[in-house]
Amino acid sequence: MIDIIEKRCVFLLPESATPSHGHGHGHGHQHPVSFDPTAAGVDPHAVAPRGGRPFRLGIGGPVGSGKTALTAALCRALGAEIDLAVVTNDIYTTEDADFLRRAGVVDPNRIEAVQTGACPHTAIRDDITANLDAVERLEGRYPGLELVIVESGGDNLTAVFSRGLADRQIFVVDVAGGDKVPRKGGPGVTTADLLVINKVDLAEWVGADMTVMVSDAHRMRGELPVITQSLTRTPNAPDVAAWVRRQLTTSPAA
Amino acid sequence: MGHIRSGLSVLALADARFPNGGHIHSGGVEQAVASGLVTDVADLREFLFGRLCSAGRLQAVFAAAAARATTKNVHNGHWAVLDRELDARTPSFAQRKASRAQGRGLIRAGQAAWPCFALADLIAATPRPHQPIVLGVLTAASGAGAWEAALVAGYLAVSGASSAAVRLLGLDPFAVNAVVAELSGDLDAIADEAAAAAGSDPAALSAPGSPALDLLAEAHDRHHREEVRLFAS
Repeated sequence: MIDIIEKRCVFLLPESATPSHGHGHGHGHQHPVSFDPTAAGVDPHAVAPRGGRPFRLGIGGPVGSGKTALTAALCRALGAEIDLAVVTNDIYTTEDADFLRRAGVVDPNRIEAVQTGACPHTAIRDDITANLDAVERLEGRYPGLELVIVESGGDNLTAVFSRGLADRQIFVVDVAGGDKVPRKGGPGVTTADLLVINKVDLAEWVGADMTVMVSDAHRMRGELPVITQSLTRTPNAPDVAAWVRRQLTTSPAA
Repeated sequence: MGHIRSGLSVLALADARFPNGGHIHSGGVEQAVASGLVTDVADLREFLFGRLCSAGRLQAVFAAAAARATTKNVHNGHWAVLDRELDARTPSFAQRKASRAQGRGLIRAGQAAWPCFALADLIAATPRPHQPIVLGVLTAASGAGAWEAALVAGYLAVSGASSAAVRLLGLDPFAVNAVVAELSGDLDAIADEAAAAAGSDPAALSAPGSPALDLLAEAHDRHHREEVRLFAS
């Protein structure tokens, strides 16, 4: 039985790419690849140098887990100190954008809604063109932009952001979706830079065992961080906002 | 037309997985479905045939012309003329917008895969060119010819629309694929015609149109502001 193989990783840079990229990946060296589905693989991707562009934060997760509410909370918490904008990918196109506009937490001109052709995971992972176009429209409108939050449409546990779109990504699950979700794994739970377990105030009402849920999450994710929160109790998502601030200060801007 | 050269780039450009944002465009299918014009595979067969012979033919003609222009190393002014001539043959504002958005996506993907002087010249002349023109440049820059560019352009005019129909109506994907396969002879004929005219003065290129597709595109754009739409066009 083979559980570890050696895979040769060859990476061709386009001619236009900077030759002196510093994220130390893809030089033809050997990588061990594990096929153990329960292995909590640490994300192998370093944050790519941004070349002065805004930091791009992806927020993904299943339908109804609270991605838009978290986005609104981050806008409230960070809007006064960071020049930010939002791209939403809801399958109902303008639903999330309307929610954010009604919530009044961000100037409506700072929200771009993209259509995903009924395939939300494709638009954040396999073909990120529409999202990059939306980010560029916002960059054109606000030249001093520091942060663009890209909120995915609600999808399944395998939907993660392409590293070509998001510098860092948060995966949001909630206690009402079932306390077994973290142990099911999938790239969202195991590889996202931050896992947020949302709506913890509902745990006792839906019979979710928080101890199991949090310990499963840590077991699946190894060293990667997990934050539990309730936006009813803390509407400004202070722990997640602090994590986002740290990403902005530790990410290479040039 | 002989053997296809640089087959990989031709296949990659025609692939539904090619990352240029094509998957969010339905080519009028979403509006046709919303209007009750396309409800099953039989309707889709007629829709795709009409789309191939109008929008597909136009896109094939301009993709072939752009491919020929690339191999002939035309002066910069030619790109703006070609782009304007295609603009003039696309009466729907919504379709022009969709074509330029996909052209922009093709440039982004093309710069990574097939960087070339022709592409840089095209962008310098027209920062947001139409999709068939970028397609023609990339096809030629990667080593294939006008016929292959036309073939891919014509195919893309129906493949994206057929995939949108599968997603919107839950149609049997095998039946839809078979309907697309039926168009093989028509697509060859369109590519032959486009390649034969590829060296013509841009103003003399043919101008097939489809008023129904124009109206569907405009209606889609209008409704998009009022209610739910899953596709950008």
